[in-house]
Amino acid sequence: MTVAPKHEDYDVVVIGAGPAGLAAAAISAEAGLSTLLLDENIGPGGQVFRAIASTPVTERSQLGADYWVGADLVQSLRASNAEVIQRATVWSLDRNLDIAISVGGASAFVKAKRVILATGALERPFPIPGWTLPGVMTAGAAQTMLKSSALVPDGRTVIAGQGPLLWLLAAQILRLGGRIDRILDTTERGNYFAALPHAFAFLTSPYFAKGLSMMREVKAKVQVVSGVTELSASGDGQLANVSYVAGGKRETLPADLLLLHQGVVPNVNLAMAAGVEHRWDELQLCWSPVLDANGSSSVAGIAIAGDGAGIGGANAAVVRGRIAARAAVEALAPAAAAKLPAMATLRADLAKAQRGRIFLDTLFRPAPQFRIPSGDTIVCRCEEVTAKDVLDSVAIGATGPNQLKAYRRTGMGPCQGRLCGLTVTELMAQARGKSPQEIGYYRLRAPVKPITLAELAAVPKSEDDVKAVVRG
Amino acid sequence: MFRRSEQDKRPQVQIFVDGVAVAARQGDTVSAALLASGQDARRSTAVSGAPRLPYCMMGVCFDCLVTIDGVGNRQGCLVPVAEGMQIEIQKGKREIGR
Amino acid sequence: MTENVDAIVVGGGIHGCSTTLHLCLAGLKPVLIEKDYAGRHASGVNAGGVRQLARHVPEIPLSIRSMGIWEKIADLLDDDCSFESHGQVLVAENEDELAVCRARVAELNALGFTHEELIDATELRRLVPAVADSCPGGVVSRRDGAANPAQTTTAFRRKAEQLGATVREGVAASNIRYSDGLWYVDVGSDTYAAPVLVNAAGAWAGTIAAALGEPVPVETVAPMLMITSRVPHFIDPVVILRGRKLSFKQFKNGTVLIGGGHLATPYQDRNETVLDWKSLAISARTVFELFPVMRSATIVRAWAGIEAKMKDDIPVFGPSSRHKGLYHQFGFSLHGFQLGPGAGAVMAELIVNGGTQTRIGDLGIDRFHPSTL
Repeated sequence: MTVAPKHEDYDVVVIGAGPAGLAAAAISAEAGLSTLLLDENIGPGGQVFRAIASTPVTERSQLGADYWVGADLVQSLRASNAEVIQRATVWSLDRNLDIAISVGGASAFVKAKRVILATGALERPFPIPGWTLPGVMTAGAAQTMLKSSALVPDGRTVIAGQGPLLWLLAAQILRLGGRIDRILDTTERGNYFAALPHAFAFLTSPYFAKGLSMMREVKAKVQVVSGVTELSASGDGQLANVSYVAGGKRETLPADLLLLHQGVVPNVNLAMAAGVEHRWDELQLCWSPVLDANGSSSVAGIAIAGDGAGIGGANAAVVRGRIAARAAVEALAPAAAAKLPAMATLRADLAKAQRGRIFLDTLFRPAPQFRIPSGDTIVCRCEEVTAKDVLDSVAIGATGPNQLKAYRRTGMGPCQGRLCGLTVTELMAQARGKSPQEIGYYRLRAPVKPITLAELAAVPKSEDDVKAVVRG
Repeated sequence: MFRRSEQDKRPQVQIFVDGVAVAARQGDTVSAALLASGQDARRSTAVSGAPRLPYCMMGVCFDCLVTIDGVGNRQGCLVPVAEGMQIEIQKGKREIGR
Repeated sequence: MTENVDAIVVGGGIHGCSTTLHLCLAGLKPVLIEKDYAGRHASGVNAGGVRQLARHVPEIPLSIRSMGIWEKIADLLDDDCSFESHGQVLVAENEDELAVCRARVAELNALGFTHEELIDATELRRLVPAVADSCPGGVVSRRDGAANPAQTTTAFRRKAEQLGATVREGVAASNIRYSDGLWYVDVGSDTYAAPVLVNAAGAWAGTIAAALGEPVPVETVAPMLMITSRVPHFIDPVVILRGRKLSFKQFKNGTVLIGGGHLATPYQDRNETVLDWKSLAISARTVFELFPVMRSATIVRAWAGIEAKMKDDIPVFGPSSRHKGLYHQFGFSLHGFQLGPGAGAVMAELIVNGGTQTRIGDLGIDRFHPSTL
């Protein structure tokens, strides 16, 4: 599996083997384009179809029918001629479509005519007091372990937050015999009213019935506290207690594991490092790339599909992958495009897949106190920078995230802002009375994932370098 | 914190954590194996020495950094276990040049 | 609306900010105009080297003047700028290079400069224990050091503002013109008028000079840097090489900065650079060979800042040769950061007193005749 790319040039390089990437690579390769699919994980599937080809969870109903859809996508990919490399970390992509990949500790460079970024989403930062304590994890982390290693929470477990994934995870944990002591629902009361105008589309979407039955399944077995307005974790070097306020009443319960979730946001690092323009999305409260109807970005040749293009869920991701791939085929092998589903059909599929999304986005728009922390709460996990530190820097002249780096190194650690960027933008925006769009985001840079000096030192010489040696 | 579902029939793989043998399963990531082991797998940060465990398990938070077979600062959540693999829990700033 | 001020400074890099501050200290009311924000480009993202070592002879007096200010930077700015003085060491990798070092130090001594000292292998090892055993010696400048560039540039800006300067960020200076003894510059819908205009616009300064009839041989470059994750402390001084492009420094927080002048491709109009990883790989190989201890360190980030480089690698500094009230301060050619504090002080003297004790004669724009372009 961990072999270097076979070629230096490809028609299409797809980055990420989740729903969008799997769909895109299969279409591109079937249409006869030389296609390379690069993925960082051990196997294909991304997050939603994590470990789809290897999960030890053999009782299919436990993971749910929506999960196993991924197996068909993997099958289509394998039936195609796409070259697939797992455990490949793309650490650089630029506007020349030069791509640097680390595979098995060695770096290789490939060039693409088209790049389809399908790097998906990550969970929104949930910066509450104590969120760096061992024993506090994301809900997605628990789901990853459940899918790929059939691991379930064992000790006293609290799940806190909001959104569809939280309920799905709870149902899956219970089905596999895991333990959940309490669920703390942080959905803001006011969101129910705000979401009401969008309810019709949602009621007629597939999310509705599934979501409702899952919530019933969970609520039958676990105490659920709704209307949670404050949340914190505490402990000495290890999570010991979860404290919350609901209905004006504070309660503290002992816990070994706290799983946090308040939705997902686009994973922008590679796209931003390549120079793709992004805009602040006021509804989803995150940065989303500026794209045309085909998913093409502001950088010629780079398209973005899946949740990295703006959160749309797995079904929409698959269709966006197909749209981006079809657009690449139209550009590079127009004759082959005729055999693919018509763009109009794909767009209709996308509209269908996106029905109900605005309702979900409105209902599960996270509350300000869970996005914009204060005082000693850590904002940047890597450099251990608190909300107060950020505000102090604003007071002495840091006007945006990039100036803040100089004072506090926020975003300069290995995660490159993935776990603090949104918080820093919103915190600085609030402090300076500006919009997040005006405040902006970190300028992201390669390597988007760290590489060792030895690995970089072993990179093949440039032509100029070779010439210099020859002359010398 | 976590336990394995009985339906997991994957073969066992033995890894070593700071020299101590730990039973993992084929297909586990290093981080999943550490969390399932019940052992204290907390690293301490390079900034303040604060204890941490993996947070995201999907390659974005870098709280799972470990030394694997002598190579430091690797994301344990992205690396599958292999028979005989040597894992070292990182304490503070990682030594280089050893 | 036109506002009259004492001086207009175009460009919020360390040079523009320093000159603005020093004009304030001299009692003037300047306006500083920066199209992005102070320190957005090279001044905020350079390696932070505070170096007298290995400078071109014509700029040494300015560098020495600057060093005196650096050593009291906190008194000037109420901000320590994270300045540290652990010396800078130039490493010779072989005997031939050491011979060049010896000649250089002798040349400087003959000119009366004593800041560079030749060192042997023993002293090199004492200063830089991690360096490869094969290196026979080098040169040290013991008062040199490093600072945090963005922190420094912002501190100059902040102090200037506190002392009464107007700072306009986020809008470019446009429509620069001269009329009846005053320079006029538009900033959005506002216009500023002043008897003095300082062109400190970095990579954008060549265009301004050319538009004012003083074209110079300047190009836009983007030197690349990369930084490692935190590693245990192992080196104090900044290290540069005699023969190869490398600068190397460990910060107090443990991160190691690797630079040396390999270039990215600048896209000036977009404020963007595209890194050249095959060149960065050369830097990585050099470190790999010279500091074996670094081989397993991880590179967490690389970047490049946009700046101006002169054909002869020394800055354009001093009054215009054509226009009254116009001063140039640009083209620092990858080594302007250390000069910033001193250059601002000297520029303010030129503007306020009409002259300076610091020798800058060889840096004037009049050194470029049309025939040299």
